[in-house]
Amino acid sequence: MSQPTTSQPQMRKPVEGFLDNKKFLHPKFVANYGNWKYHDRPRPGVLHHVSHSGDQVWTVRAGTQRQMDHYTIRRLCDIADNFAEGFVHFTIRSNIEFMVSAEQKVAPLIAELEKNGFPVGGTGNSVSMVSHTQGWLHCDIPGTDASGVVKSMMDGLYDEFKAEEMPNRVHLSTSCCEINCGGQADIAVIIQHTKPPRINHEMVANVCERPTVVARCPVAAIRPALVNGKPSLEVDEKKCICCGACYPPCPPMQINDPEYSKLAIWVGGKNSNARGKPTFMKMVASGLPNNAPRWPEVNAVVGNILRTYKADARPWERLSDWIDRIGWPRFFEKTGLPFTKYLIDDWRGSRANLNASTHIRF
Amino acid sequence: MAKPMHPTPNLDQLESGPWPSFVTGLKRLAKDKDYVVDVLGHLEHSYQTRKGYWKGGTVGVRGYGGGVIPRFTEIKDDAGQPVFKDAAEFHTIRIMPPPGMHYDTATLRQMCDVWEKYGSGLIALHGQTGDIMFQGCTTENVQPAWDEFNKMGFDMGGAGPSVRTGMSCVGAARCEQSCYDEAKAHTMVVNRFLDDIHRPALPYKFKFKFSGCPNDCMNSIQRSDMAIIGTWRDNMRTDEALAKKWFAKHGMNELVNDVVSRCPTKAIQIKEIKDVRKTGSISSVALNDTQALEIDNKDCVRCMHCINVMTGALATGVDKGATILIGGKRTLKIGDLMGTVAVPFFKLQNDEDYENLVELGQTIIDFFAENALEHERTGEMIERIGLVNFLEGIGLEIDANMVNSPRMNPYVNTLGWDEEVAKINAKKAAA
Repeated sequence: MSQPTTSQPQMRKPVEGFLDNKKFLHPKFVANYGNWKYHDRPRPGVLHHVSHSGDQVWTVRAGTQRQMDHYTIRRLCDIADNFAEGFVHFTIRSNIEFMVSAEQKVAPLIAELEKNGFPVGGTGNSVSMVSHTQGWLHCDIPGTDASGVVKSMMDGLYDEFKAEEMPNRVHLSTSCCEINCGGQADIAVIIQHTKPPRINHEMVANVCERPTVVARCPVAAIRPALVNGKPSLEVDEKKCICCGACYPPCPPMQINDPEYSKLAIWVGGKNSNARGKPTFMKMVASGLPNNAPRWPEVNAVVGNILRTYKADARPWERLSDWIDRIGWPRFFEKTGLPFTKYLIDDWRGSRANLNASTHIRF
Repeated sequence: MAKPMHPTPNLDQLESGPWPSFVTGLKRLAKDKDYVVDVLGHLEHSYQTRKGYWKGGTVGVRGYGGGVIPRFTEIKDDAGQPVFKDAAEFHTIRIMPPPGMHYDTATLRQMCDVWEKYGSGLIALHGQTGDIMFQGCTTENVQPAWDEFNKMGFDMGGAGPSVRTGMSCVGAARCEQSCYDEAKAHTMVVNRFLDDIHRPALPYKFKFKFSGCPNDCMNSIQRSDMAIIGTWRDNMRTDEALAKKWFAKHGMNELVNDVVSRCPTKAIQIKEIKDVRKTGSISSVALNDTQALEIDNKDCVRCMHCINVMTGALATGVDKGATILIGGKRTLKIGDLMGTVAVPFFKLQNDEDYENLVELGQTIIDFFAENALEHERTGEMIERIGLVNFLEGIGLEIDANMVNSPRMNPYVNTLGWDEEVAKINAKKAAA
């Protein structure tokens, strides 16, 4: 009996499982795994690690655009094969690192990277690449683009990426909505909506699970309503804080607006436990226009904060350490940024952010 | 040769300037792919109107409930047809990278081959959760592309209300500050939760991040539900040759201003060598013939600052493990939450210790699955039910390292006080 022919493709059973990383490691990393003694930085963009065994590895770090075409990745692989030793490592900020086991390979590797347009730097007390999100290129809820903001920022900060001239390391992030996928950073650029969502009542009943949307609102401003005879939702606009939390579960509640989705600047986030405990960042500016394609207003504020920090902070002070020393009034004075009433917290637990002392710098 | 390009006056402005340009990369891809010609047109439309135009949907691969991020265009003409028809679908496949994001070039080239063949050719290294993001694929090509990645040995990352792809730092492979085998812990944990990663069934997402020391390069305390941050219990190690070398180069002013005075608990003092204390909690190292640094390890909070400044001269101890913090997340919906201490010191030395770490993760996820509300993260659940209830639920003992300070209000019924004291005393007596 012959098998009936069918167009159904052969089902391949997926192989579930997560790889160990040993086969992806530079041989010197395998040989000295867990046995490193110290490191130093011979020049910006280069790390030199020394093992208890006496082995040495030089790492050269270069910036990338994160969203890379395969030609770019292949070019980086060519450089890794021809000028390094065939292994690379990516940092959390999308920098690529090449490892070599001889010091004389460092200079030609740097020259080749720079020749191909990849800046070498991002180590130590530099401004590293921006940790960022997807934006208009791919996200379903973005208020702005990510790659474009980052490109315009890093063009301006190119020299600071390549030098180690900041008081301490500077981490940046950008995020296209208040969910803040870009994460905590010394300076972060984040969308801040300023108008409540515009509701397409025709679509709500078909697209949204209404109780879920009601439950998602942090200030209980959303309630079910019958609009034009159709089940929908309404927003108490006096209560609405324009956070956009209702938009992902209910796309007909459009929060993004070309004019009223603004950009805010936050400073002083630090995840390291070094010196003080980790800190969350604080909003210091808002209302900046979403001015694609190069966001000059945002870059002016970020550049100003960085210049002020660079000139005024002491060695090893992260942005948050610097502000701890000089105080918030002088931060606003030195940067010239206006301290508006919107920067005084009134969310839950906010009294802990008020100055309950006579500690005032005159 | 692909079809002619759409005009992209906004995006063109992102090709100037010294930083590598993603637009230039997209244009390279567009030379051969109609798909990317329309992706550029789509993105330019966003730049012109300052809005996004992708909506979600349902696209997946056989056997999995997540890992593909579906995107369908919302830019339609009057007849409801996509304006950029070749880019009507722009899905992303999330693939888990090797722990620590280490690669050999052959692997990267093979990934490029697959994505050149089946996708847009655009790859993000890496997404914020820690996945390799293969960006831009039609519904039809998702399955064959996934099959190729899977045949290479790679597996799908998490999406939706599931355990997510983990992240670990460069770690023991290259860093002297590593306090445990991050990649080993990462691999073992992910392999336990594959089902929870691939078939979303939790109240909301759950993230693990692995940092080898308190510098926390993976930003685990702010971004993961379970942060495993390396630390040590014994005294800091010192190296006299490296300390003297550092001091000769940097001098007393930098030592005082950058090291001693920046110690958050004032655990470091400069002393005459003859005056250095000899008690069990002291680490010391000579700086020159007469002076030494003296560190009282009982006062040290393992912040890493002095070790960062004087690498090798000062180093972590050897009785290593991790501090485990639970409940970190960003804003929505109750506000930012840091992970807070659930286990002050979790020994990570032998295989059994790592197995115990996986079991702790399992216990916490089981409790989360049973007790969290829909769309509630672990930190929000703890805020709602209180840390003590959470700890009792997962069977962990309370510890004074879990708080900044004891309670500052009287609003608690302490009727069970004597009973608790008796339990603590009984435990002390048994120890």
